[in-house]
This record gives sequence, structure tokens and C-alpha cells, in this order.
Amino acid sequence: MCLGVPGRIVDIAEEAGVLMGRVEFGGVARKVCLAHVPDVAVGEYVLVHVGFALSKLDEAEAHRVFELLRELDEVST
Amino acid sequence: MKFIDEYREADAVARLCDAIAAAATHPWVVMEVCGGQTHSIVRYGVDRLLPPGVELVHGPGCPVCVTPLQTIDRAHAIAARPGVIFCSFGDMLRVPGSHGDLLSLRARGADVRVVYSPLDALALAAARPDREVVFFAIGFETTAPANAMAIALAHKRRLSNFSALVSHVLVPPAIASILQSPGNRVQGFLGPGHVCTIMGTAEYAPIARRYRVPIVITGFEPVDLLDGMLRCVRQLEAGRAEVEIQYSRVVRDEGNAHARALLDEVFEPCDRAWRGLGTIPKSGFKLRAELRDHDAERRFEVDTLVTRESPLCISGRILKGLAKPCDCSAFGTRCTPESPLGATMVSSEGACAAYYLYRKAAS
Repeated sequence: MCLGVPGRIVDIAEEAGVLMGRVEFGGVARKVCLAHVPDVAVGEYVLVHVGFALSKLDEAEAHRVFELLRELDEVST
Repeated sequence: MKFIDEYREADAVARLCDAIAAAATHPWVVMEVCGGQTHSIVRYGVDRLLPPGVELVHGPGCPVCVTPLQTIDRAHAIAARPGVIFCSFGDMLRVPGSHGDLLSLRARGADVRVVYSPLDALALAAARPDREVVFFAIGFETTAPANAMAIALAHKRRLSNFSALVSHVLVPPAIASILQSPGNRVQGFLGPGHVCTIMGTAEYAPIARRYRVPIVITGFEPVDLLDGMLRCVRQLEAGRAEVEIQYSRVVRDEGNAHARALLDEVFEPCDRAWRGLGTIPKSGFKLRAELRDHDAERRFEVDTLVTRESPLCISGRILKGLAKPCDCSAFGTRCTPESPLGATMVSSEGACAAYYLYRKAAS
């Protein structure tokens, strides 16, 4: 139920006073409400749940777990 | 897909498993809170990759599962009325009430529609002023801001034919209730990544302190889940009980302030009955009094509903981490996803349904 899917913002436009945009998920684009993430820009990734973007994806933080794995390797070698 | 595929890599999974095995010197019981995590754990067999003694138990975080039978019967009574268009997320349609599910109600002529977003239900209300559009507003804190937006917009746009049947549930009171329950086995938590995307971590620090349990806010892919386990085991081994964010590409400590402001505007906390767990104080959201015109419970009076749960079902013990699906005598025989007896079998995110889907042959 709390499924959230990361997608890339293709365009942004206000509709009837609500910030909306199209978000692409692996080739499929859907209309998504961006009202809860007002500072996003086209090209950025957002996490989408029931047609709403909940959060911006942080690229730097996304690498953190893989850095941890590299540290583990360095310890063991 | 970016931000998903790399978190399913077998090599990273194997290395994290080795690290957990190296870190664990004691047996530990860790609960994943969210139903999405349960589904992913059982689907990928993440629990079976853990070293002996490190056990994952499945938590209450499937809102479809914990929606009380009485609320489902109320939804059915409203959906059956002439003139009503009843809108729901798809996973609620197969949940049986006392007299069948929403799908069979639709087969008998009721206008029941699946919506992807609550805004779809709102658009339907604007397009069909001649009909009453009722939206089944269920979910945790993750879904609540989306539902709140639909209700707030309906109010602002004076869509008087739009109402919501609200049955929202909240995670922190439920995990506190599990920790207080007699015979509790849970020593640490993989916290709900998407709930905390909205709410942040502030509500979890007092729970970690009071009950001395580490809470690692964790994502949903195999690498996330094992990274969360590694962090949780390391805290347990070191005697620490802190809130830590594993899912940092999405979750910030402060959560989403915009979404929370809207929640405050639309909802207020209330006591809520959880299927399998009973009533937990202040564990739900209801509509604020100013928005009561959009409250489907007020708009459509329903006679007192009498419901009865199966005496065989052990979902209450499963939701507290005290039992596993295969401990139940009815599992896979008298209780299946097609004809579930209780909470944990009704949705694919329930522990019993996930075991049935991925493990029936082995159990």
C-alpha cells in the first residue's frame, strides 16, 4: 500500500491552482501532483505514491550504501 | 530503472549478508514495520539470507489488512446505495466483508470504481454533479497527504457531492502497542521508509529511548533491507537504541513539512480499531469538524453493523511478531487469499498472503 516508485520529472505546470507535472517511470509517463514538493525542477527524480510526489531523490545519499560496501571490502582485504 | 535496479544487485546483497553474519554474536529479533517491506522480504527471501539466530518478524504495516471488518461493511453499505459512485484503491476491492467483497458488489450492479489517485475521484465528482462520489480514504501517513489534498480541494471548490470514508492509521502508536504487549519478542525495528518520508523521525526517538529499541528507517529493496538489518544488528550488539536513517536517498529527519501542514489542516488524531490488534488510542486520523460536510460516515447513515471474526485466525499474534503464518492450522487450507479468514491474508502485503504467494510449496 505504501508503494513508492522513483521517476524523473518531464514537465511541470500549474492546473487549477495545483502544482502538477508529468513523471516518467522507465518509459511510461504519468501525471503527478507536485504540490508537496514545490521546489522540484524538470529532470530531477521524485518518489511517487498514489499520484503524488512525496520527496526528491538525493543522488549523493543514494550512493552511500555502496560506499559502505567498499569500506567493508577494504577492511576485509 | 534508476534508484531501483542497483538496490537489487546480487553481489551487494551477498556482501551485506556476510557483514551481518560477522556482526551478529547473539540471536536478535527484528520487526519490519511496513507491509511493502514484508512483501519484498518474502518475495526475495531476504529473511532466509540472514545468519542463524537473526530473525525477522512481520509487523502491522498493511493498512488494507488492519482495516476493521466493520469499516469494510460500512463501505459496502454505502457503495450499494443508488446514486453513489464508490471509489477505492484497487487492493481494497478484494477484501471480503461480512457479505462478499466490493468486486462482487460491483457485479451485482453497484458503481464501484478503482482509482489510481484520490485526485481521480475528485475529478469524477466535478464531472458528475448528479452523483454522490465517495472515496475510501485508507492508508498510513504515506497516503494521508494525498487523501487530505483531495478533501481540501473538494472543500475549496465546493464540490458538495464529494465525501470520504476515512479510516487512516498511524504507525508510532501501533509499534508502541506491540512493545507493550505481553510476551513481546521484538528487540529492534526496520522503520517504515515512506511513512517517515512524510513524518520524519521525531516521533520515533521517544519510542527508541523509552523501550530501548533501535529503529532504522529502511527502504524497500533487498539491498536496503539488508543494509537496515546490518545497522540494526550493529546497534543491538553495541547496546545502542537510536533512530537511524538507512533510506537516506528519500527520507530526511524533518520529513515533508508541506505535506504535514496539510495533514494538520484536514485531519485530527483519533482512537482507531485495528483488525487483529484491537483499538489503539490516538492511532488514527479523522476529519476535522470544519470538513464534516465531506465525511461519508455522517452523510450516509448506516445501521449498526454486527461483525464476527474467525476464531481460528491468529493474525493478531502474527501482527505482533509472536507467530508466523505457518504456525496457523488454517493457513493455505481453510484460509487463502481467495477466501481469507483474517487480516494478514486479505492483501498481498499481509504476511500470510505473502507466504502463500511465495512459500506455499515449501511450507
